[in-house]
Amino acid sequence: MNIMTIIGMALTTQGALFLLLGAIGIVRMPDMYTRMQAGTKATTLGAMSFILGIGFMEPAWLLKTILIVVFIALSNPISSHALARAAHRSGIFPLSRENIDLYKRDNQEDKS
Amino acid sequence: METFYYIIGGILLLALVIAAFRFFQGPTAPDRVIALDAMSIILTAGLVMLALVFQRFIYIDVALIYSILGFMGIVSIARWMEKGI
Amino acid sequence: MDGLFQRFAKDKEYHVRFVFSWIILFAIWMALTSSLQIQEVLTGVITVGIVASFTWKNFTTKGLHYLHPQRIFYILLYILVFLKELVKSNFHVAWIVLHPKLPISPGIVRFPTRLKSETAKLILANSITLTPGTLSVDIKDNMYYIHWLEAKNMTDEEAAQSIAGPFENLLIKIFED
Repeated sequence: MNIMTIIGMALTTQGALFLLLGAIGIVRMPDMYTRMQAGTKATTLGAMSFILGIGFMEPAWLLKTILIVVFIALSNPISSHALARAAHRSGIFPLSRENIDLYKRDNQEDKS
Repeated sequence: METFYYIIGGILLLALVIAAFRFFQGPTAPDRVIALDAMSIILTAGLVMLALVFQRFIYIDVALIYSILGFMGIVSIARWMEKGI
Repeated sequence: MDGLFQRFAKDKEYHVRFVFSWIILFAIWMALTSSLQIQEVLTGVITVGIVASFTWKNFTTKGLHYLHPQRIFYILLYILVFLKELVKSNFHVAWIVLHPKLPISPGIVRFPTRLKSETAKLILANSITLTPGTLSVDIKDNMYYIHWLEAKNMTDEEAAQSIAGPFENLLIKIFED
């Protein structure tokens, strides 16, 4: 058991815990947008450090795991951005205690 | 080492079950899609771990293709919700 | 085929842009095969050449511009700042999710950006999504609409300062001037 394996195991454990945290966030949060916040952030870092940890445990695979990590870091925010915009356009508005929704206001001004 | 794989696999399985709860319960369609997105990322991580457990380099390619397909699926569902087909 | 050569001839920087997309695609090829055997590398050189000759027009806007040492330094600095913010945002999410009362007051705010390049806008939107408490909802021209977990009534400039603060200046240095 060398030092790379130990770093890899630590990264993998941390990644798995963040993935679990993302799943808990999706269940606990009160409305769609906040669920998306918890889901996107926690699962992105979770998957990144999990896969990088596997790469550290098997150094011959490191380059390819880095490729997957870069792809996840680029693609995950894009899909959540597309989903947030689609949800807002299809009429699901965020919960807001002080009623701050500038996007809705600007869209209504454009129409009138 | 085997114990380590069992623990990590158990955590991933638990995360998958919790996300599936939101998938079945979610009041609106976007909620379900969020849960699906999270589940596909957890499954990608699981596939990479299976590559390590079975010592097969080719499974990493499977994980890469799976994450690309998941991304395309989520984006096309989002486009569909925005405009209709 | 004639059309392809005409497109080549019209663009002043065409050979530099072709070389740039060749370098990027070859780096991806090396990561995908991850072997140094001579036949793999030769196949890569030829295949990447063919693919780059079809796609350089769509993939690149400037030539070797981005491989200037100063810009590479700023790109590495950007990645460091981004990773720091990513880890910070995850602990922020962890604190909110595990807190029994869920201490949030969400809303959608907006701010204008000074960036002009489309790629820079995309990267800024991605970075905002992964920083603490913010999620980009839409970009209209140069106006970003951001879902924020601690939304307050504030002017556009204040929102720009507290949301895009660490990233925007670095992106201007990388993509513009």
